[in-house]
Amino acid sequence: MSIPQTDESTEVFQATGLTKVYRTGDVEVHALRGVDMTLYEGEVAVFLGPSGSGKSTLLNILGGLDAASGGRVIFRGEELTGFDERSLTLYRRRNVGFVFQFYNLISSLTARENVALVTEISDHPMRPEEALALVDLSDRMDHFPAQLSGGEQQRVAIARAIAKRPEVLLCDEPTGALDSKVGIVVLEALTAINEELGTTTAIITHNAAIREIAHRVFYFADGRIASTHINQRRLKPRDVSW
Amino acid sequence: MKALDKKLLRDLMSMWAQALAVALVVAAGVATLILAVGAYRSLDETRAAYYERYRFAHVFAVATRAPRGLMKRVLELPGVAAAEARITKNALLDIDRFTQPATGLVISLPSNGVPTLNRLYIRSGRLPQPGETTAVAINEDFAAAHDFRPGSQFKALLGGRKRTLTVVGTVLSPEFIYSVGPGDFVPDDSRFGILWMAEKAVEAAYNLENAFNSVSLSLRRDASQEDVISRLDALLERYGGRGAYDRDDQFSHAFLDSELDQLSAMARVLPPIFLVVTAFLINMVLTRLIALEREEIGLFKALGYGRLAVASHYLKLVMVIAAAGIVIGFGLGTWFGDLLTRLYGNFFHFPFLVFQRNVDVYVISAIVASTSAGLGTVRAVRSAINLPPAVAMQPPAPAVYRRLWSRGAVLLRHVSQLTIMVFRHLMRWPLRAATTTLGIALAIAVLVTSLFPVGSVNFMVDFTFFQSDRQDASITFASETADRVVQNVGRLPGVMVVEQFRTVSTKMRLRHNERRVSIVGRPAGTYLTGDMSQAPDLPPRPTGIDLSRLLNVKQEPLAMPETGLVLTEKLALLLKARRGDLVEVEFLESSRRTVRVPVTEIFQSYFGLSAFMNIRALNDLLDEGAVVTGVHIAIDERFEEVLYGIIKNTPALTAIALRKASLVKFRETMAQNIVFMTGVYSTLGIIIAFGVAYNSARIQLSERARELASLRVLGFTRAEVARILTTELAIVTIIAVPIGWILGRGFAWILIQGFESELYRVPLVIERSTYAQSALIVIGAVVASALIVRRRVNRLDLIEVLKTRE
Ligand SMILES: Nc1ncnc2c1ncn2[C@@H]1O[C@H](COP(=O)(O)OP(=O)(O)OP(=O)(O)O)[C@@H](O)[C@H]1O
Ligand SMILES: [Mg+2]
Repeated sequence: MSIPQTDESTEVFQATGLTKVYRTGDVEVHALRGVDMTLYEGEVAVFLGPSGSGKSTLLNILGGLDAASGGRVIFRGEELTGFDERSLTLYRRRNVGFVFQFYNLISSLTARENVALVTEISDHPMRPEEALALVDLSDRMDHFPAQLSGGEQQRVAIARAIAKRPEVLLCDEPTGALDSKVGIVVLEALTAINEELGTTTAIITHNAAIREIAHRVFYFADGRIASTHINQRRLKPRDVSW
Repeated sequence: MKALDKKLLRDLMSMWAQALAVALVVAAGVATLILAVGAYRSLDETRAAYYERYRFAHVFAVATRAPRGLMKRVLELPGVAAAEARITKNALLDIDRFTQPATGLVISLPSNGVPTLNRLYIRSGRLPQPGETTAVAINEDFAAAHDFRPGSQFKALLGGRKRTLTVVGTVLSPEFIYSVGPGDFVPDDSRFGILWMAEKAVEAAYNLENAFNSVSLSLRRDASQEDVISRLDALLERYGGRGAYDRDDQFSHAFLDSELDQLSAMARVLPPIFLVVTAFLINMVLTRLIALEREEIGLFKALGYGRLAVASHYLKLVMVIAAAGIVIGFGLGTWFGDLLTRLYGNFFHFPFLVFQRNVDVYVISAIVASTSAGLGTVRAVRSAINLPPAVAMQPPAPAVYRRLWSRGAVLLRHVSQLTIMVFRHLMRWPLRAATTTLGIALAIAVLVTSLFPVGSVNFMVDFTFFQSDRQDASITFASETADRVVQNVGRLPGVMVVEQFRTVSTKMRLRHNERRVSIVGRPAGTYLTGDMSQAPDLPPRPTGIDLSRLLNVKQEPLAMPETGLVLTEKLALLLKARRGDLVEVEFLESSRRTVRVPVTEIFQSYFGLSAFMNIRALNDLLDEGAVVTGVHIAIDERFEEVLYGIIKNTPALTAIALRKASLVKFRETMAQNIVFMTGVYSTLGIIIAFGVAYNSARIQLSERARELASLRVLGFTRAEVARILTTELAIVTIIAVPIGWILGRGFAWILIQGFESELYRVPLVIERSTYAQSALIVIGAVVASALIVRRRVNRLDLIEVLKTRE
């Protein structure tokens, strides 16, 4: 495995001077203080950095979940930061798969139905069963979130994200709550999707070991990308030592 | 089924109690409109159909004695379609096993045996044949009160002779849908009956051969009622005509009208109040319910669902609840409406009922209910949908609380942290606390509005029967009698106090305003029977124990002025008369003079329009000696039976009204109508109260579940955690109670305005017990809801809190 070749590497995301300020009452929090970065088609990027450094904020903006305060994001030549509500919705529906830090499953729907929630509105989805099989949850399909462990809930969330065969997969701490064995299953599912479909994948993690599976690693600090590292050699998830 | 729809179903199932509570509130609002309008329209339609089929006359007139031959000229009057002459007389009745004397209104049937106007609906038996002299058909209510059926007999004093009459049939008449005996306020079927007899028999009994004293006319559609009335008056004048009148002055019709007006007032006033209240409540409840779904809404957006898809999902959820409520409301409203229609139909003895089902009320109530539900949803969904999904999906940022009364902080040291939490929470979300308060206050207000009429009626009863008209009985004489008779009545056994009166029919005019009204002449004081030695034509000595008193608005007795008119407030209002105004009075009896009399006093009365004058001044105006038409008496109960026995056999008496019996009847009538009515409305009010209380408590729990569970995790006991919720509810409820009372009084005032008619005025009297009851019912509902919610606090999922963020 190697970094995608430059001649075939199309830019998927291109962020320039991205800033984000949260205002709560009199308090201003500068979550992003000018981020410049590019993600290429088919690459796996890992975001590392201390808590509060702006990783989730960036991911949310890339995914069209939140609006930037300044700067631009170009998605495949179109300015994402200029999208209106409707285009953003369509963008999320067609192009993006999310895995959230806090799973965000609908508690009144079973695992299968939580996945179906997305496949029903996608163009070329997998069957929910297929997606759940990919994360090794075939025997838990009819359980409600409350009947699943944290890791299992996270895998349902991943199945939900990959079921629509998205162009980009944005994962906020997908293995945060998982032990290594399950974590490996999850990561393998993500890399498999990446290889099969060429899905551009961004993964936020606190587990520095996971950086080994990425093409590139972005180090965050205080709302900025402090440094970028290119892995000369990627490891398969099962070869990563946790 | 779509995953979203599955979610909807499961959500509905898991929140069924709350959904049901909201649905019931909707149902209550919808039901009031349907029941009130339905009952009103059904009864109105029934009456119209009854009048039509049984040819209820348009114009009526009473005279002393007119020759039959006059009828030809009556029929020739322009605009008259049909006319019927007859004889009507009051008669005292003597009924076996019924100690009290009763009064009958004897009406002659035309010589061919069947009336053409005011036709009779025969319930049982038949009408008397033209030749029968003792056969009588009686109104069904009277028959029912004494268990009379064809073949039964009773005695009557007809024209001074006692006769035994035989019932041959029971009937209903459009003329006596509501029948009240002379001197009475309310119907008492046991003491007042209508007796239809063959013309020959009545003519003979009253020496009115070939004559009549009453005439009914039906008019052609294009006729001018006023013109016919004045022409008829001119024809009858020579024969002692007392002034023709139209349906508006016909007692049964007027009473029915005022009763229907009240129903229509209820239909106009209460349902809008209920609907507005329910609209507000569903809006409030659903707004907060949906606000709780903020994170899910964020997620749907993140997953690529459009605004419309998200909004319609929640609209569906809400519409299912609203639809359930609307359907329940349709059912309840139709059922209660029919029940009310039957109750009134029964009360009025309509021969049939026409049920009106109007699509419009169903449509309107459904639209109002679903619109308010929909608006609440859209508003709530919009505020969540406008957030970027990333923000919506996070729990709301920890609220910025202010320090409570920074200077009072010393005080707070003695208050537990939990109590501080409660206060900070209330003050942090003042709008939320305010809407909950308003919701509970509205529930109380609705209850006050539905419960208060009982208090008003109690007040009317007390005012009328205990403060103003305190006589035990009122006796009417067969003819105008000299003052001296008063002495004779005073000597009867058991009569403690006598107070004479004289009633004269008049037309009163002031500027453009005219009313037919009787003037009652009364003395400035009452004789004690012990004082009978005193010549009655001497100025009466005020004894300070007047039987019938005039009271002002403050319930203080008014001294009877020596001269001038004393008008009820209502009559003064209708004539636009003030103290000192000169009113033109046209006497329709005896001298038939027209005079101008000043208004000297205005008094308070809740029944009818009446005018009083000093009896001596009245007699002077009529240029007659000391004439009386009746007396009010106070009776020593020990001699009651003896006295009644004598009265039944006194030919000079034609009618007797018994106050105590009236009071009992009045209470019964009210018990039937008002209690049922308030029962229905307060049931709906209770449903609303519970719906609000339960939802407020339940939502409060949902809004704070995470916080409360965290407290449990920190080691607070269930009771302590539950106390936070209950303290909050208690504070909100305590603030809501006085607000609810004030709002309720306002609603009641609006309702009272609609109740007013010429026959009735309902005072706005809200008893303390009404305030107490409505507050207690709502507090009860709040406590019950708090208990239910408390059980949920006990089941708070602590693990869930730990599993997820924060
Ligand atoms: N909705 C918000 N309102 C105010 N401040 C916010 C909000 N969301 C994030 N922040 C702040 O923005 C900064 C960046 O947050 P972000 O979630 O991007 O951090 P992160 O790198 O993902 O941290 P973690 O590893 O803990 O998830 C933090 O200081 C956070 O407190
Ligand atoms: Mg984060």
